[in-house]
Amino acid sequence: MSSREDRPLIAVVVFPGSNDDRDAQGALAQLGADARRVWHDEPSLPEGTGAVVLPGGFSYGDYLRCGAIARFSPILQAVAAFADAGRPVLGICNGFQILTEAGLLPGVLRPNASLAFVCRDVAVRVEQSETPLLARCRPGQELTLPVKHGEGCWFADDELLAELDAAGQIALRYAPGSNPNGSVADVAGVVNAEGNVLGLMPHPEHAVDALLGSVDGALIMGSLVDAARLSAAAPV
Amino acid sequence: MKATVVVRPKPGILDPQGQAVSSSLRHLGFDVGETRVGKVVDVELATDDPTEARTQLEAMCSRLLANPLIESYAIELQSE
Repeated sequence: MSSREDRPLIAVVVFPGSNDDRDAQGALAQLGADARRVWHDEPSLPEGTGAVVLPGGFSYGDYLRCGAIARFSPILQAVAAFADAGRPVLGICNGFQILTEAGLLPGVLRPNASLAFVCRDVAVRVEQSETPLLARCRPGQELTLPVKHGEGCWFADDELLAELDAAGQIALRYAPGSNPNGSVADVAGVVNAEGNVLGLMPHPEHAVDALLGSVDGALIMGSLVDAARLSAAAPV
Repeated sequence: MKATVVVRPKPGILDPQGQAVSSSLRHLGFDVGETRVGKVVDVELATDDPTEARTQLEAMCSRLLANPLIESYAIELQSE
């Protein structure tokens, strides 16, 4: 029998227009988590939640700015409180966009410099693995992960970028020559100052099974499962 | 009362949409320099007091209509 500690509960939030929630749930289940999809209209996270995933998709049709409307979903208050308590939160693609709009991660995501939707595998370099959400990776390690987005061009002004760089908050960068969207300083993913909230444009949840190509995404999704296990076991 | 909010990409921010528009205009033979593409939001407010309307619109802009990292906004109240 597996106890809750063996299979930590991870909430995958579903917004109107999310479309990667089932892939995230499947990947996490494959990696040993009890992943449950939670509708955005819920006022709270399920009891015993050890980690939260905001999945990819096009919440609210990307109206106004991508992620701008989803951040006002009722569940986001619970997610913000969960993040403030130091618990692990992972935002993938549209989830990353929502976290920046909600002020839980720095910067903003803008239309790709090419104005074209990009959908392909890219090389992503791990800049730091001190965050629990990248604990299974090595600094400097290069991962092959798919991207698929029209608005993945991360932007911060020079001052903010220097600040984040100095603080080690630039967690992932596209490898030289692999930047698919014009993102400033090749940034592919950032963490908050405390290191418990990670957002990235590439899709680790689509890269956990050799049948579909790279399995490098399992390093990130697996790190989240580890972090969820620790978080679920810790007293609230 | 009614108001119009214009949201623009801040100066210096890369605006690929604006670039695509200016290059299309040049293809059509128009002699144009840079073009920038923003958004227009027309808002109907319950209040008729211009000061109150402006306060509300400022709050709307900072909370939702514009992202201060990349966008600036201008508020225009329409007088009846």
